[in-house]
Amino acid sequence: METLRLIIDWASVLAIPTIILLFIGYGGYKKIPVYEVFVEGAKEGFEVGVKIIPYLVAMLMAIAMFRASGMLDILTWLASPVTNLIGMAPELLPMALMRPLSGSGSLGVMSELMKTFGPDSLIGFTASTMFGSTETTFYVLAVYFGSVGVRKTRYAAPAGLLADAAGLITAVLICQLWF
Amino acid sequence: MLNHIWFWMIMLSLFVAAGTDIYNEITAPPPMETAGEELSLNKRTKLGQLSDAALESAQTGVNISLGLIGIMALWLGIMKVAEEAGFIKILARMVAPITRRLFPEIPEDHPSIGAMLMNIAANMLGLSNAATPLGLKAMEELQKLNPDKETASNSMITFLVINTSAITLIPASAIAIRASLGSVNPQQIIVPSIIAATMATIVGLTTVKLIQKFEKRKKRTEGEA
Repeated sequence: METLRLIIDWASVLAIPTIILLFIGYGGYKKIPVYEVFVEGAKEGFEVGVKIIPYLVAMLMAIAMFRASGMLDILTWLASPVTNLIGMAPELLPMALMRPLSGSGSLGVMSELMKTFGPDSLIGFTASTMFGSTETTFYVLAVYFGSVGVRKTRYAAPAGLLADAAGLITAVLICQLWF
Repeated sequence: MLNHIWFWMIMLSLFVAAGTDIYNEITAPPPMETAGEELSLNKRTKLGQLSDAALESAQTGVNISLGLIGIMALWLGIMKVAEEAGFIKILARMVAPITRRLFPEIPEDHPSIGAMLMNIAANMLGLSNAATPLGLKAMEELQKLNPDKETASNSMITFLVINTSAITLIPASAIAIRASLGSVNPQQIIVPSIIAATMATIVGLTTVKLIQKFEKRKKRTEGEA
């Protein structure tokens, strides 16, 4: 476990220097005008950043309203019979519902749960596993599709949410076994 | 689909906030004169909080986007060098056996494959700063292959599902918060996280592939009719 952690830690430290060495180094080896080409590629950065603004604002607005309205409490109450079936603590429901919507929101819920129940309690353990194992699907949807101007996302949202649900339920079950 | 989700999120939020406010005003109207400072109506009511949150979110959206520009430029520059030198093609060829199955529409050494690979690798290492620019680069390349520029292609959705259920070897922020709150073993979540994320990826990919198969069959029978 410790060696595994050490390997992974080093891998994440070395990743960026290695990529830069390989990519720029190979460019130099192939006699590419590296500086000029880099600048040409980097030019698009601004365009992409500006292009995603409307998509991100639309998505964040809906999520902010959802969070402020107290909908989360109602959904928690509605979903509790289902979660009781798999033995999930009702305190974890806001975490599960918030995770696909907002990165900072779910970070807050996770910290709150760990402060209340302790990071090594089953609830704290499950909440942090939930946070570590899934992504903020709505943010990814808005930013990724927004950057290329795709407005009709077809089945992307339901498929992404289904994957989230699978990950969250697995987190609950695996943490119960682990504990 | 996103249209419906968006619409109902907003409508339900408004109804719930309004309902809560009406209920609170009827059951427990606030005293006219309170000892301390009285909360303004805007701060006290759900509808007021909701308006504040909505307006604030617009600013957050701009801040996130502008914050991406620098790191975006850096990675797009590096990727451009790698692309011109032919390095991305080499990467793409290395994973061709997998990508052929997952993305049948994409030519084998297309630059999108190199970018997707880099994005997934960055996610695995927990380099979220690098992952987003690389992912957006991949989307740009996928858009070049997309016949209908306003509609998501099958490859885009497959990539997105892999991305949202991204397997992270080190969930760094969760571990950091656990450590700061005095956990005895903060990295204990690594293995359960990987298992849960793998499950999410499997379910996501299966869903996407089933839908794609179903749509293909539907299109074929429609063609025959």
